[in-house]
Amino acid sequence: MLTLSLNISLIIMSLSILVCFIRVVKGPTMSDRVVALDTIGITLIGVIGIVMIIQNTLAYAEVILVIAILAFIGTIALAKFIEGGVIFDRDHN
Amino acid sequence: MIEIIISLLVLLGGFLSLLGAIGIVRFPDVYGRLHAATKSATLGVISTMLAVYVHFHFVEGLFSGKVLLTILFVFLTAPVAGFMIARSAYNVGVELWDQSTQDDLKKAFEKKAKAKKARS
Repeated sequence: MLTLSLNISLIIMSLSILVCFIRVVKGPTMSDRVVALDTIGITLIGVIGIVMIIQNTLAYAEVILVIAILAFIGTIALAKFIEGGVIFDRDHN
Repeated sequence: MIEIIISLLVLLGGFLSLLGAIGIVRFPDVYGRLHAATKSATLGVISTMLAVYVHFHFVEGLFSGKVLLTILFVFLTAPVAGFMIARSAYNVGVELWDQSTQDDLKKAFEKKAKAKKARS
């Protein structure tokens, strides 16, 4: 039962990554693409978590942390970039 | 017993991720899509990682702090990322859905511009 539900959930998560990729290709504005890329990164964390249960190892915990941090920083940088083209702004006024 | 709990958490995580993906494709504008992306997909991932933690704690007998740290990190950073995307989209000028009826931020911007003009 555990194996069956793990496989079902893995298939569902792969399908949702595919569906988000449709929005990345199609999206009318740049913000739509950033939203879809952020969701792809978050769903990828769940996929690797399920692979951790299937392979019964804790070796991927660092991989999950690094993917979470990179998805967050990438989303913030892209949002600042499409806003004004300036990612590090140093004048606080 | 513990297997049933893990299975339910994993299935709930997959279902919520699917809901987030459907919302991203089906909602009409950026601000609606952000609701699907930052609420349902995030809750799905938190549920899945909780299943990972429960599996390694109660079946294998291993304590993993990194998995708990991942849950905390996703829980803290997903709303911040959604807020940043929404703010940049509004500043760039992405339009709302043509059937939406209320735009409070536009009124606030007009009020601020009027106050600035009166001061100068």
